[in-house]
Amino acid sequence: MRFLLVEDNIELGEAVIARLSLDGHAVDHAKTLAEADEWLAVAEYDLMLLDVMLPDGDGREFLRRTRTTERMPVIVLTARSQVSDRVDTLDLGADDYITKPFDFGELEARCRAVLRRRGTPTPALIPLGEALFDPSGGTLSHAGETKPLRNRELRLLEVFARNKGQILSKSQLLDRLFSQDAEVSENAIEVYVGRLRKRLLPAGVEIETVRGVGYRITWA
Amino acid sequence: MTDTKASPFWWRSIGQRLTILLAGIAAVLAILSWWMVTSFAREAAEQTQDNVLVASATTIAEALRSEQGTILLELPYSAFAMLDAIGEDRVFYRVSADGETLTGYDDLVPPGTPERPGDVSVRTIDYRGDQVRTVTVRRTVLAGQKPVPVLVTVAQTRTGVEAIGSGLSQTAAVLSVALFILAVGLGAFAAGNALKPLNSFAQAVTRRGPSDLRPLRRKVPDELSPLLIALNRLMERLGQSIRRSEEFIAEAAHRVRTPLATVRAQAELALHTVEKDEEKQMLRRIIRAVDESSRSASQLLDHATVSFRADALAKDHVDLAELAAKVTDGLAPTADMKDITLILDATGPAAVKGDAILLESALRNVLDNSVKYSPAETEIKVTLDKLDEAHWRLIIRDQGRGFSSDSLPELTARFKRGANVDQIVGSGLGLTIAEEVLDAHGGRLELRNPQTGAGACVSLILPAD
Repeated sequence: MRFLLVEDNIELGEAVIARLSLDGHAVDHAKTLAEADEWLAVAEYDLMLLDVMLPDGDGREFLRRTRTTERMPVIVLTARSQVSDRVDTLDLGADDYITKPFDFGELEARCRAVLRRRGTPTPALIPLGEALFDPSGGTLSHAGETKPLRNRELRLLEVFARNKGQILSKSQLLDRLFSQDAEVSENAIEVYVGRLRKRLLPAGVEIETVRGVGYRITWA
Repeated sequence: MTDTKASPFWWRSIGQRLTILLAGIAAVLAILSWWMVTSFAREAAEQTQDNVLVASATTIAEALRSEQGTILLELPYSAFAMLDAIGEDRVFYRVSADGETLTGYDDLVPPGTPERPGDVSVRTIDYRGDQVRTVTVRRTVLAGQKPVPVLVTVAQTRTGVEAIGSGLSQTAAVLSVALFILAVGLGAFAAGNALKPLNSFAQAVTRRGPSDLRPLRRKVPDELSPLLIALNRLMERLGQSIRRSEEFIAEAAHRVRTPLATVRAQAELALHTVEKDEEKQMLRRIIRAVDESSRSASQLLDHATVSFRADALAKDHVDLAELAAKVTDGLAPTADMKDITLILDATGPAAVKGDAILLESALRNVLDNSVKYSPAETEIKVTLDKLDEAHWRLIIRDQGRGFSSDSLPELTARFKRGANVDQIVGSGLGLTIAEEVLDAHGGRLELRNPQTGAGACVSLILPAD
């Protein structure tokens, strides 16, 4: 997926890009509305993440203006948390709204939800053995059957799918899933890995345990 | 402004002041008219008596004649008959020639006799214990060849005149009192009528919503237009200052939250690069602290909104089913993060009257709480039903740890959190916000742990429209 991030805070922008890249998204970063216009003129995007307060104007004005010409979904990033602001923003045509500071997992979830709602024209499918994994749709298809994945399974599988053959430590996986819950133990990972194994086994995909280190996904 | 406290209650309203002033004027006019009528009537009665007395005395004087040097008088009956008209008064008379009493009462001698023939002198004197009115007429009668001055005095007591006077005075008093009462009534009516534009002006201002600061465009009487202009200027300034403070809050929130977002984002990224558990633990603490501050900030703002808007509640038509769908949708991605399924069972329309923004705040805060305190892979059920004929009920039931029963009664107090919240980020304002919103709408918030099964159950009860 190709995203356009309009955010004037460079550190925040770079962190968001770094995280979205982990999921295999290509992100262009515009620091002003003028830059955003330039990017929009030369490229097509699947999703725009739009900050509200920008040095050269109000993101909501920009939203109102571009809504008439652009069909791409927009998620507004804002520091304003009140319900009235939320209502205003959605009325202007934003697809969703996330309040700063946000959890990356939640950002991902909202992006995925918006894309799913809009119906992405060409889902970026990842082949896993005999199965097809659709990260944005959150489904796994095998033998003509498409099954939805639960959110945590989905996020875990995304990490595995993009790191074929690499050993991933429990703690790495844990961070990916539970950045906001302090109380989760590494045992929780075992539960989710166990579930994924069950789902993937018929497709010839194996998640093997590397004793003392972590897990590795392999398929023929 | 402060001196209104000092003035007595009947002087505080302009209407009452006007009425009292008008009544005062009416009283003065009534007394004046009573006095004038009374004195005029008395004068008229006296005048009548005098005229009759003069006529009577003249009649007597004309009946005088002389025969061979002697003055003869045959009292004409009509002279006294005309005096009867005045009433039951006693009549005295004396006819004297050259100081000698010819007939009548010797002692009826009023002071100051007329000097020339044809002159009339009118006096009021005390005579035999009564006040009498006397009229003396002078005539010259020729007795033989000698002209003799003759004085004819007729007197009458004044009881009749006074009776007429006081009768008229009483009638005048009754009329004056009636006029006074009528004037007070008309005064009150006039005062009320004159103040009507002021009242409707006040109502127009009162009817306005708290955020309606548009200038008033009304036709007002000239006297009110300075007030209207001043009020419009005040509203304009107020609007500006509210806009400025809203901009300031937005700006402040932006200034605080953007660096927080950066901190959180960087910490989360760092979490993937550090290896040691202690380091990860530290990063998680940073993330928790950031979440805590941003959550508190949101809820403080929400709470301020509630306090501001609840004072003068908007009366939108809100469909609770639609509202529940909207809020559930908004929180679904957050719930999804923990694989919590939000189940919505709400078929509308379920109409209530109130402030859509506040009701959304209330439901969001309650549902957000549920998502926060529920363990992963559980369900939260949002059900809409009718509690009774007059009330809708939204039930939010989760499968979490439930409320700790010790702290249940005080959970909606400001900044109060349950005893069993452990490590979960929260400010303790969520339920307070919900309860305040429901209170303002004439509804209530109910917290309980259901009899069967785990979890907490929160009911939002609102009067149906």
